[in-house]
Amino acid sequence: MDLGNQARIKELAEKYGKDDIVVIIGGAEAEASGLAVETVANGDPAFAGPLAGVQLGLKAYHVVEPEIKDEIDADVYDEQVGMMEMVLDVDAIIAECRSIREQFLGSE
Amino acid sequence: MLEDKKVIILGDRDGVPGPAIEECIKSIGAEVIFSTTECFV
Repeated sequence: MDLGNQARIKELAEKYGKDDIVVIIGGAEAEASGLAVETVANGDPAFAGPLAGVQLGLKAYHVVEPEIKDEIDADVYDEQVGMMEMVLDVDAIIAECRSIREQFLGSE
Repeated sequence: MLEDKKVIILGDRDGVPGPAIEECIKSIGAEVIFSTTECFV
């Protein structure tokens, strides 16, 4: 994850507290999406950025995951995400993000 | 789940970009506190 974004997320988590924040990602593939989920939950796995060794414990979901998708107005979702959803490996993204959340934040 | 939450958006240039996710979140009424579009590569 971009180092500047890591710094910003750290600031926001400290300001608002982890329980009030949800991170929503739009990654193009499963592995990168999982890394983003891991970074905001358990710290930067590359140990390169401000979140290296910092366990924020934030919950992150990909926008295509049912937990998020089902809350969005269907027409808006189709207009904004529908096209990309057709080319993304949605099943792999969902499986990876869930697996990483379970690993670092316990069962969801 | 998103009601009354503060939302951080990490869009992806090659996936779903930040502004597209932002439009979706606005439709729920949650507060977007940070939105960006990055390249995850």
